[in-house]
Amino acid sequence: MSPVFYILAVLTLGGALAAVLLKPLVHCALATTVAFAGLALLYLELDAQFAGFVQILVYIGAVAILLVFAILLTHGSEPPRKGAFNRTWIAGAVIAAAVFAVLGWAVVRSAAALPLQAAAPVVTVREIGFALMGRYVLPLEIAGLLFTVATIGAVIVAMHEKEGAK
Amino acid sequence: MAANLDQIFILLRDWLVSFLPALLRPAAGVVLGVVAIVCVFPALFALTTVFERKGLARIQNRLGPNRVGPFGLLQPMADGVKSLTKEDIVPSSANAGVHFLAPLVLVVAVFMGFAVLPMGRNMVLVDMDAGLLFFFAMSASSELAVFMAGWSSRNKYSLLGAMRAVAQMISYEVVLLLSSVSVVMIAGSLSLTKIVAAQNVYSGGLPHWYIFTPWGLASFVMYAIATTAETNRSPFDLPEGESELVAGYHTEYSGFKFALFFLGEYLAMFSISGLGVTLFLGGWSAPCSGLEWVPSWIWFFGKMMLSIFVFIWMRGTLPRLRQDQLMNFAWKFILPLTLLDLFVTALWRFMGEGWLRWVVSTAILVAAYVLLGRAEMRKKHYGPRSYRYAE
Repeated sequence: MSPVFYILAVLTLGGALAAVLLKPLVHCALATTVAFAGLALLYLELDAQFAGFVQILVYIGAVAILLVFAILLTHGSEPPRKGAFNRTWIAGAVIAAAVFAVLGWAVVRSAAALPLQAAAPVVTVREIGFALMGRYVLPLEIAGLLFTVATIGAVIVAMHEKEGAK
Repeated sequence: MAANLDQIFILLRDWLVSFLPALLRPAAGVVLGVVAIVCVFPALFALTTVFERKGLARIQNRLGPNRVGPFGLLQPMADGVKSLTKEDIVPSSANAGVHFLAPLVLVVAVFMGFAVLPMGRNMVLVDMDAGLLFFFAMSASSELAVFMAGWSSRNKYSLLGAMRAVAQMISYEVVLLLSSVSVVMIAGSLSLTKIVAAQNVYSGGLPHWYIFTPWGLASFVMYAIATTAETNRSPFDLPEGESELVAGYHTEYSGFKFALFFLGEYLAMFSISGLGVTLFLGGWSAPCSGLEWVPSWIWFFGKMMLSIFVFIWMRGTLPRLRQDQLMNFAWKFILPLTLLDLFVTALWRFMGEGWLRWVVSTAILVAAYVLLGRAEMRKKHYGPRSYRYAE
């Protein structure tokens, strides 16, 4: 574990914590972006260039923008009066702990299941491209179809509202 | 001699680094490269502001700045001193932290894009395997800075400007990415140096630039439109339309923070023109094999400044679009054409050498352009022009 890893871990966890604890919703969204950026840098630190840049492009360039748009368009940018925590926080904490436990268990178990590799594999973008277009082409197409359906659905929802307003 | 002149900056860097102990040399080389980028492009920005004001003035039949220095060339110095000495005003209801961070995030994100641009033979700061992806990742993060600026100012004009800017940038980013994908399909690499190398081939004295193919010309035109929208330049300058929104998302910025926004905007213009030059116009390669003795960096910067000139020319010539026209244009005209262009590129890739692929791909693209344009125009119902006067 290099010092870079610890710096990035602090950055990512700090961003994630701030996203939960801050009161103004837009600040939470911006803090989430910091967590996304930290994750992307972690990927880059692991020499996964493609995953890191895609993380920045998709999560900071699109998902974060989507978050702030959703917050602004739903008039939710003002901080809630009663505070960010509601009464069901105990149940929420239990669920979060359960999810974390399952994920942690899966991660710990997977280390034993995979064979140990002597050297880190060198994966070029070219190989990722061939894998996506060759072996994994069906999942890729299905995901693409799903996104297209979602986009068309969003357009239909938006169009319907406009006609009703007339 | 010509070879030395071509590599003069690399030689200069190596000579400067050779004074240091061997352990520090690689790091020092990178630092020198960063310093060069951070100095050269703001200097170009200063020159371009004069160039733009003079050019616009010429188009509008006036003289432009001509008081400071010879031909007004020292005007950017005066502007710089002015922006440094002006009071830095932060609105009392503004979100001070985010308001402060926004211009910094913007300028840093824009500067990062220059890291992967090959500005001459061997002149690239980081030769990444996924260079194109890195560039787009960085330009996507600048959108968030625009939003931060608009939201934190607590001003309706700022917020409206930011929302317009982000909506426009997201819409045209789709086109921008898809039009560069066709180049990636042919070059078979995301590395910008490899894309330049693939175009730096001559047959019969003429270069193999991608703009000289039917699919390349089509995607270059679409790329150029998308970059104009992405950099919020006229005719897509709705986010900053003075007559509607004061100054858009940077309305509440003054002094040097305003200058930083200005800098970020022009640097984005430089980097995205540089990318366009790299993808379609052969990067640093010479336009014909007889001119290869001219240093490669002259070609890169020459082509880049030429595209900046086209930006200025368009600003002086075209009127601003309306918001609905902007969105319709992006989603109903440019996006279908770009998708079709991807298909044509695939055809080009698999039809093999010969004249047949030229005929087929040109025919498909021209037919689609004419049919789609006709269909869109028919919906508009243009009658005789009518005027309404205030009574």
